[in-house]
Amino acid sequence: MKEPNDIILHAVIKVAVVIILTFSINLFFSGHHNPGGGFIGGLGFSAALTLLFLAFDIETVRQNIPVDFKVLTAIGVLIAVFTGVGGIVFGAPFLTQTFDYFDIPVFGKTELATAVLFDVGVALAVIGTSMSIILSIGDDH
Amino acid sequence: MSWLHIMVLIPFLFAIIVPLIYRVFTPRIHTGWFVLCVPSVIFLYLLRYIPVISNGETIFISVPWIPSYGINYTTYIDGLSLVFGLVITGIGALVVLYSIYYMSKLKESLHNFYVYLLLFMGAMLGLVFSDNILVLYVFWELTSISSFLLIAYWYQREKSRYGAQKSMNITIFGGLAMLAGFIMLSMMTETYSIREIIHQTDSIYDHSLFLPAMILLLLGAFTKSAQFPFSIWLPDAMEAPTPISAYLHSATMVKAGIYLVARMTPIFGGSAEWFWLVTSAGLVTLLYGSLNAVKQTDLKALLAYSTISQLGLIMSLLGMGSASLYYGTGDEASMYAVAVLAAIFHLINHSTFKGSLFMVVGIIDHETGTRDIRRLGGLMHLMPISFTLAIIGGFSMAGLPPFNGFLSKEMFFTAVLNASDMSIFSMESLGVIFPVIAWAASVFTFIYCMILIFKTFTGKYKPKKLEKAAHEAPVGMLVPPVILSSLVIIIFFFPNVLSQYILKPAMGAVLPAYSQPGEIEIKISAWHGWNTELFMTMGVVAAGALLYLYLKKWIGIYSIYPYSMTFNNFYNQGLGKMEDMSFSLTKSYMTGFIRDYFVYIFTFLIIIVGGSILFLDGAAFDVSNNGPVSIYEGVLIISMLTAALTVLFSKSRLTAIVAVGALGYLVSLFFVIFRAPDLALTQLVVETVTTALFLLCFYHLPEIRREAVRVKFKMTNLVISLGVGAIVAILALSANGTRLFEPIAYYYENSYELAGARNIVNAILVDFRGIDTMLEIFVLGIASLGVYTLVKLRISGRDRSERTK
Repeated sequence: MKEPNDIILHAVIKVAVVIILTFSINLFFSGHHNPGGGFIGGLGFSAALTLLFLAFDIETVRQNIPVDFKVLTAIGVLIAVFTGVGGIVFGAPFLTQTFDYFDIPVFGKTELATAVLFDVGVALAVIGTSMSIILSIGDDH
Repeated sequence: MSWLHIMVLIPFLFAIIVPLIYRVFTPRIHTGWFVLCVPSVIFLYLLRYIPVISNGETIFISVPWIPSYGINYTTYIDGLSLVFGLVITGIGALVVLYSIYYMSKLKESLHNFYVYLLLFMGAMLGLVFSDNILVLYVFWELTSISSFLLIAYWYQREKSRYGAQKSMNITIFGGLAMLAGFIMLSMMTETYSIREIIHQTDSIYDHSLFLPAMILLLLGAFTKSAQFPFSIWLPDAMEAPTPISAYLHSATMVKAGIYLVARMTPIFGGSAEWFWLVTSAGLVTLLYGSLNAVKQTDLKALLAYSTISQLGLIMSLLGMGSASLYYGTGDEASMYAVAVLAAIFHLINHSTFKGSLFMVVGIIDHETGTRDIRRLGGLMHLMPISFTLAIIGGFSMAGLPPFNGFLSKEMFFTAVLNASDMSIFSMESLGVIFPVIAWAASVFTFIYCMILIFKTFTGKYKPKKLEKAAHEAPVGMLVPPVILSSLVIIIFFFPNVLSQYILKPAMGAVLPAYSQPGEIEIKISAWHGWNTELFMTMGVVAAGALLYLYLKKWIGIYSIYPYSMTFNNFYNQGLGKMEDMSFSLTKSYMTGFIRDYFVYIFTFLIIIVGGSILFLDGAAFDVSNNGPVSIYEGVLIISMLTAALTVLFSKSRLTAIVAVGALGYLVSLFFVIFRAPDLALTQLVVETVTTALFLLCFYHLPEIRREAVRVKFKMTNLVISLGVGAIVAILALSANGTRLFEPIAYYYENSYELAGARNIVNAILVDFRGIDTMLEIFVLGIASLGVYTLVKLRISGRDRSERTK
């Protein structure tokens, strides 16, 4: 890959990535009630990372984000499966999700749903998959 | 979820932490000591159930797993599964103890070994305690896979890989046949529960699928239990480390087939086909195994053939016992029912004496470096304890008193004599063959037991032919076979304790008529008078001793039979031919051009989808419910068409990429118009990411070249693309006009109450149809691994070719 050395691009992307990451995390958590969720949240996250990889060279980003995305995929899939197994432990069928309302300081009455945990797995799997595909193709000289 | 379910899962959970233990404690502590806890604890836990089960009770606990498919994780304990559970964990504990001394903690990769072993143990426990046939099938195949891993444990050796592949090919073929049989069974009875199937036995008796299901199930059982002619995998499986041979290939896995036959006896038993198939397969295997064992020169191969023959014996006993179901109850029924008791009795006895014999052979191998009978001899004085153990195990296998093998062999003789008097299943003319085969096989059994004991331990000590100077094994290695050998003797003197508490409930599980205690009086006695059985045994000893002494004179007849006629040869030839064929077939269509692959894929799409639309009357346009087409939609469609045509006719790659991206964004505009913000967002991001991906590889792609292509090729492409376009359009229109299944749209009515989610799409994805999403991310993960390996392996391949230059 050619080495990009564009100051404007760097400056813009540093800000943009933070905004996109925040937005995708917001997307992820609002998923249960508003548009969003694990899939789209994860995709947004990996879009931000892709931007980073586009603007800076792969080695620099790798040093700052030392994550093996293949492992991340596996962790995501495992989380999704284990939240499903959680149902079995409590005597319900595999992949049963539940929810309840709790009073939490600062947030007030909040709904906590196990579906969000499952969604974490989905999001991690999506991030891991898209990033490891992009990196293995982009890394290929 | 009960302790019983957790018990089955414990080995799997432990398998996950074994590598950690290995990493932390090696080389200070042998990993086996930790693993030893698992089977011991489960064994002690299962002992609790003996009094309950012997009272005629059964335990049945069900946890829904995938209730919408009727698949439940059901644990069922009755006499039969308890016997197997005790054997699996009891022998398992001894084998692990033995392996601690057999497997060096410095040289071997113990974490792999014990992970496979625990996987296998869990799979076996799951298999015998499962009531759901599909769950049983999953565990059944898991035993095949874990045994494959165990046989190939020393994967550097070619023979290990060959043996592992052979066992997997044969047992998985059988397992698939069994799955088909299970599906037929569930089609006949509309349930997956074995207990419920047994309740419906009368109604399936005349069903047209009855016989096919029976044959397919027996294929599974026979391949697993190494019945003739599927037995060819078992001798090759002896490439595994000896503890594994002792565990899988004598005590547990090979008996899964026996378990299946016993479990299915209440369903199929009482029919002539079942009786003949099971009994004759068992008797043929018995004779074949014992004949072949005599000519072996490798001690483990000898034991492998003896296992085949003993499994045949147990199988034939189950077959003969199934005749009892024909009569229901009464004197004649109980006469044949004893055969089932004998089968389970011999199964336990076989586990004890064969387990200890395998361990003794392992000791010989470990301490002398060879298992070849021709190089061994005179070890009696050097290894007195092993010699004693070999005598106990060997004489028990030969059916001599005072060892437990004598008791079950006498019962076997009783059973064949009873069967020869049988007046059903057209036994009148053929009945006399049964005692003859049984007697002949017993003579050869006697001979190979004598070979095993005396050729190894007596005669002249030949230190020059051995790799190490022979000496007695360390104490820890001797403890497990000593325990098993003492069981061999204890069972001989107190057989009725065993029969009262363990054998009778197990028989009750196979023959439901005897499921309550006190229905039948069983007394196993060592002395049963001067009857035919005893005379048969005396004949076996006399003829066997005579033939053993003159072994050299007649052993030559084995070499007359040509190798090319054996099933082993058929297997090897067949496998080779199949590999050649698939190689040439693959080579002919894998051209390396992606456009060829697209031609295949789309041609099949046109033929299959188009054909089924045509012949099944699938095209159904129902436009009456459609809304009007707005001006925005019209504009969008025209823009999309333009974008698509741009892709088609663009001369530069960059234009094409941009046009594809535009197409994607336009689709997401459709989602916006139809008020699906979730989909629109996802589509937008996907489109962005894929376009970025395209741009990443853009640097590496060459410019599009104008290719001089033939008109014929262009015409083929045109026909195929028009066909695909037409079919997709028809499919989309018909799908909209047809309702085959209940729409999942009704979820929106109660998504908030049931899932607490105001976002219906999300509720459907994670709450209502979670399994779809889960499998979807599986696919994603596998796809990413695929891309990774393809890209990375290609690089390393190129590097290698550069290096060789």
